[in-house]
Amino acid sequence: MGQFQIKRLVEMNIGGVDVSFTNSSLFMLIVIAAITLFLTFSMRGRAMVPGRMQSIAELSYEFIANMLKENVGSEGRKFFPFIFSVFMFVLFANLIGMIPYSFTVTSHIVVTFALALTVFILVTIVGILRHGVKFLTLFAPSGVPVFLMPILVPIEVISYFVRPISLSVRLFANMLAGHALLKVFGAFVVGLGWLGGWLPLTFIVGLTGLEFLVAFLQAYVFAILSCLYLNDAIHLHH
Amino acid sequence: MPQLNIADFPPQLVWLAISFVILYIMMAKVAVPRISEVLESRQDRIARDLDEAKRLSEESDKAKAEYEAALEEARSKAHGMVTELKSELAKEQAASQADLEAKLAEKAKAAEASIASAKEAALANVRSIAGDAAKQQ
Repeated sequence: MGQFQIKRLVEMNIGGVDVSFTNSSLFMLIVIAAITLFLTFSMRGRAMVPGRMQSIAELSYEFIANMLKENVGSEGRKFFPFIFSVFMFVLFANLIGMIPYSFTVTSHIVVTFALALTVFILVTIVGILRHGVKFLTLFAPSGVPVFLMPILVPIEVISYFVRPISLSVRLFANMLAGHALLKVFGAFVVGLGWLGGWLPLTFIVGLTGLEFLVAFLQAYVFAILSCLYLNDAIHLHH
Repeated sequence: MPQLNIADFPPQLVWLAISFVILYIMMAKVAVPRISEVLESRQDRIARDLDEAKRLSEESDKAKAEYEAALEEARSKAHGMVTELKSELAKEQAASQADLEAKLAEKAKAAEASIASAKEAALANVRSIAGDAAKQQ
């Protein structure tokens, strides 16, 4: 589990809070630098007919723009920079974590939970600002017999507040399990040596491909669930 | 598991907040406007080109219709000229035929007349010769 170890590169302490610059911090900065450089550098030509890099940048933009349009509608437009940032952050953190000897920012539950909680709080504030007290009807679906309400309302409330946990655990567990599995099979390769190491090695090659898919898929799932939560808060329909 | 070490939570949270805020600002102020600007200008360009293409196609349709109308007119004019010419020729031919017939009829009449007078003269001669012959005997 050495790959998940937090190492303090620069010890810092402000007002009793440990704000040390760790390997995790380093990779967070690498992630945001990579995103910013990629998006600004690929778009620097502002070409009418896009090249390869510009196409990728435009595709990622349109991917999230369409996701918002389909799941939230036109009211979702002003949340585009936020959802786009979340998607790009998770995607690049996952992908950069695939580089050997790097650190996967999203393999730490505290990071994914903080991201999920940010989404959750934002969505809740949006819902309350838009609908006020009516926002609470989100927990009491219309058209349900009154005698079912005592059962249904607690279920709805719990499922609402479980959202940040499910959102963060899904991402964290996927990244953790993938990396741990690669590590385990890597240990098999070394353990079985020249004679028996080939089978786990082939497995690692396949698993690495799968992990790239998971890296993208989890970023997609994180973004689309954020969109769905946003839609619930804006439209309240059930 | 290093993920459960609570002492590691504060530095991660602080740096996550710092980097995510920077990322959000970079996306909202730089990257997103830049990409949307390019996409919009492309959209405009495509719309403009489509309009231009539509205009040109309408123009070419109009030119084609004009050309066909002109062709039709020329064709009908030529047809009219041909029929006119034909009828004129027929008239002329009929006139010259009638003229010829009249001339021929006149000539035939004159010839008949001259034949008749020649016959008369010959008969007269015959009579006078016969009278002379009778006198001499």
